[in-house]
Amino acid sequence: MKPPPFHYAAPTSVAEAVELLAAHADDEARVLAGGQSLVPLMNFRLAQPTHLIDLRRVEELARIRTEGDTLVIGAMVRQSVAEHSAEVALGAPLLAEALGYVAHTPIRNSGTIGGSIAHADPAAELPAVALALDAELVVAGPEGTHSVAAADFFRGPFSTAIGPGEILTEVRIPRRAGGHAFVEFARTHGSFALVGVAAVIELAGTTVAKASLALSGVGPTPVRAPAAEQALTGSDADADAVRAAAAADVLSPAADVHGDVETRVEIARSYLRRGIELALQRAQDRR
Amino acid sequence: MDRHEVTMIVNGRPSTVLVEARKLLVDVLREDLGLTGTHVGCEHGVCGTCTVLLDGRSIRSCTTFAVQADGAQIRTVEGLADGAQLHPLQDEFWDKQGLQCGYCTPGMLMRACEIIDQNPDPTPAQVREGIASNLCRCTGYQFITEAVCAAAARMRADSESSTGAQA
Repeated sequence: MKPPPFHYAAPTSVAEAVELLAAHADDEARVLAGGQSLVPLMNFRLAQPTHLIDLRRVEELARIRTEGDTLVIGAMVRQSVAEHSAEVALGAPLLAEALGYVAHTPIRNSGTIGGSIAHADPAAELPAVALALDAELVVAGPEGTHSVAAADFFRGPFSTAIGPGEILTEVRIPRRAGGHAFVEFARTHGSFALVGVAAVIELAGTTVAKASLALSGVGPTPVRAPAAEQALTGSDADADAVRAAAAADVLSPAADVHGDVETRVEIARSYLRRGIELALQRAQDRR
Repeated sequence: MDRHEVTMIVNGRPSTVLVEARKLLVDVLREDLGLTGTHVGCEHGVCGTCTVLLDGRSIRSCTTFAVQADGAQIRTVEGLADGAQLHPLQDEFWDKQGLQCGYCTPGMLMRACEIIDQNPDPTPAQVREGIASNLCRCTGYQFITEAVCAAAARMRADSESSTGAQA
């Protein structure tokens, strides 16, 4: 099918985009980033916005910069650009690794960092990465800008803390020491994953000083694995400790055509263990 | 509904069309510009037959509105051959039988262009991973992979001989 008609505008600044959203507050106005989720939904007429506000000309949103220990990625930075950015490799190697799992290159050439996070698909990679890295999501609206911690940002499937009339403008990622890993299980390369695991592990000597673990695909939003993080912290993270940590959290994935709850929990625990092992290995290699 | 002027450089030629914002890039290429080499498949970004190059990068023209391509350079399968001289990729797809029904071919060729552009000497494994973005239901991908590797080898040889001629 083809999308139904809509009004289209391509503003050149965030302020102008926010004004346009306000002007169409009573209509079904949507922000268009890379369009790799929204346009398919519109082609199927599952989404029928009356107004699209395209951010492609807003240059201030298409930049990557580093402020001290914080990597700042504009919401309109294309996923393939971030994937190959030296600044991202240095400031958030976990993100660079996860981007390789986001669909395929032609999708990543159009798709944006902010678009994926704002879309908040529970199976998507980038929300889990934002959660594991304690990213701050900067949102602009009629009352100015404010930032939301990733832990408070994802509210449900396809639902975030971005309010009506607001636009996600930046993702701020604090630099982390230690080892990182992104692993996921998908039926075929590039398909939506049954589970994704984002892990960062910092060591002090041979013991774990800090572990940050987040999973996608096991709930309505990406989730942290607090029991696993706690079990690992202060431990020597030998094979038994890692196995126990990976089984420590209660995971509640929904059954679907790809597997019943038991199967999905089993896969999630297995990939959580692999993520921990890889992050740990890299942390040890770096020491 | 309002119409928008969209100007693109398509296969080296400037083209301006007046289209509704809802019109997909693939439909503008096929219907407004008569470039029917680019195919419409799944219309949700999965199959890849609508793949074209936008400013040198492969994109899905079925999940891109034409208005989003305003000001861009677009290259389609029609832009590959030089008159009657087939592009090395086209030649090798023919020679190695990298197609049967041909439906996926325009997308495969354009994606292969980008793969070779980013890595002039890809291994078969890298080609297989690279074309995972595009579906073919006939060939089993084996001949496509062989064709892309053979074309890459020819393009390297061509560029070496032209560099040699300059030196």
